[in-house]
Amino acid sequence: MTTRGDAIAAQGLRKRYRERYALDGFDLRVPQGTVCGLLGPNGAGKTTSVRILSTLLRLDEGRAEVAGFDVTNQPDQVRYRIGLVGQHPALDEALSGRQNLVLFGRLFHLGRRRARQRAAELLERFGLADAAEQPVSTYSGGMRRRLDLAAGMILAPAVLFLDEPTTGLDPRGRNEVWESVRELVRTGTTVLLTTQHLDEADQLADRISVVEAGRVIAEGTPDDLKTRLGGDRIEVVVAAPTDLAVAVAEVRRAVDDEPTVDVDRRMVSVRVGHRAGALVDVLRALDAVNVPVADVALRRPTLDDVFLHLTGDRAPTAEVVA
Amino acid sequence: MSAVSMPAPAVDLTPGRPALLADSGTLIWRNLARWRRDPGPLIASLGFNILIVLMFAYLFGGALQVPGGGSYREFLMPGMFVMTMVFGISLTTVAVAEDLERGVTDRLRSMPVSPLAPLAARAVADMLFALVTLGVLLLTGLAIGWRAHGGAAATLAAVGLILLLRFALIWVGIFLGLVTRGQTAVVAVQTLEFPLGFLSNAFVAPSTMPAWLGAVAAWNPLSATVGATRELFGNPGWGGDSWAAQHYPWLAVLWPLVLVAVFLPLSVLRYRRLAD
Repeated sequence: MTTRGDAIAAQGLRKRYRERYALDGFDLRVPQGTVCGLLGPNGAGKTTSVRILSTLLRLDEGRAEVAGFDVTNQPDQVRYRIGLVGQHPALDEALSGRQNLVLFGRLFHLGRRRARQRAAELLERFGLADAAEQPVSTYSGGMRRRLDLAAGMILAPAVLFLDEPTTGLDPRGRNEVWESVRELVRTGTTVLLTTQHLDEADQLADRISVVEAGRVIAEGTPDDLKTRLGGDRIEVVVAAPTDLAVAVAEVRRAVDDEPTVDVDRRMVSVRVGHRAGALVDVLRALDAVNVPVADVALRRPTLDDVFLHLTGDRAPTAEVVA
Repeated sequence: MSAVSMPAPAVDLTPGRPALLADSGTLIWRNLARWRRDPGPLIASLGFNILIVLMFAYLFGGALQVPGGGSYREFLMPGMFVMTMVFGISLTTVAVAEDLERGVTDRLRSMPVSPLAPLAARAVADMLFALVTLGVLLLTGLAIGWRAHGGAAATLAAVGLILLLRFALIWVGIFLGLVTRGQTAVVAVQTLEFPLGFLSNAFVAPSTMPAWLGAVAAWNPLSATVGATRELFGNPGWGGDSWAAQHYPWLAVLWPLVLVAVFLPLSVLRYRRLAD
């Protein structure tokens, strides 16, 4: 079933816990050397799918191949070719950073000497050489994550699973992790990344699969998904609240679509087809009726918009239909 | 693979094959390295055990009637050796539960590690610590006047029975660590250690307890080991005419084997079922 060049190929995965399907017909293909972002709310099935693909969980139905091997029938072959970085760093807190990497290297059967060499190499690469002899319990959150990533990279795996890799990190720690992930991708590793943070998916992923209720409900590049939502919007903020009604009428006429109004922010926003042309039309129309404009913006929908649109939640913003 | 900015690994990363013995050895090394880095819990455990012996020897010593009028401390020590083996359970449970909670177990399961190795390594490392503990306790006993009178073979047999019991209890501890989650469960295990130890012939004759409680105490696996080692060390004991009391040496072998036969497969099964 694997197309040549797919690092991950999952078809019809189902996983049941008691009465509930955590995965219910989950399909996913990740081409080699790309970063796929699995995006979805809590409980959507992101972690379950990663746990199945990394051989931690048995699947009830379906088939999955990772790095060319079947997760059910050839788990050890898969395990030699993957790295897993979970939601919390899985490290021995009492041991030093170096001891952790040597331990995992030996458990990957590199032997003592090569495990030590590899540990030294990774500590250097992940900027942990100075803290190598300190126990992990003294590390900062970002340092733990980097060590965790390093442990996942010991055999330079073909596929790396990152399950919400920046949970609980401050912005600095998050940037450190993002930078490390980008470096890994440059060496050709395929990455499957789960995240609830849309900017994280936008920053790192080549393609995004939106997961809800145990299946993938939409798939594409970040730009694809944004475009599918209906293109760009123009947002006009008028100077005086009393001008709002006039502005709405003018904008509606100018672009021939129903705008939405945010009264508190004195903002009229509308979906547009031709970005620049529509912008000029709207500003001209407002100028013609002497409505002063405080601010105007042309913006693409964010992944937030895409996400809320796809998962059916209503945006909790102050958008009020005029 | 365009624009490779990181150097290719200088180390040959061709791995060997998973092997139970090698993987267990590596994980035993890990457990020992942990203890070297952070010996606090072990020292606390040893200190606690010595303290309990001294408490029983010097605080309660005057209050307890020794059967046959023998030496109280000689009567006391076999019970203490066995109690010490029981107190070790929580160390095992904590270690197993912590690895589960921290995700270390999941990391190992996502790696090509022999699936029996983590449990085997836990059991071996904890047996090594049990050896140290028993050694310290034997020295403590000697220091306060306890002696073994049964000759070298009987003494070794007694030590063997005590360690066999610990081996069985380690598998109980591993199983509890795998099924329980969180700190409360560990506290529960620690709380149960004392009643489990007291509900035996270690300090009080089962014949003086209410009938049903006495029966439970007589059949307690700990009682078998305490009774058998008292005989082997030539220390004073309760005797007793229950069937169990008449057959303590046999039960001291049988009980631990039964516990291992139950809890080792249960632990392995439970470990496998982490994937369900």
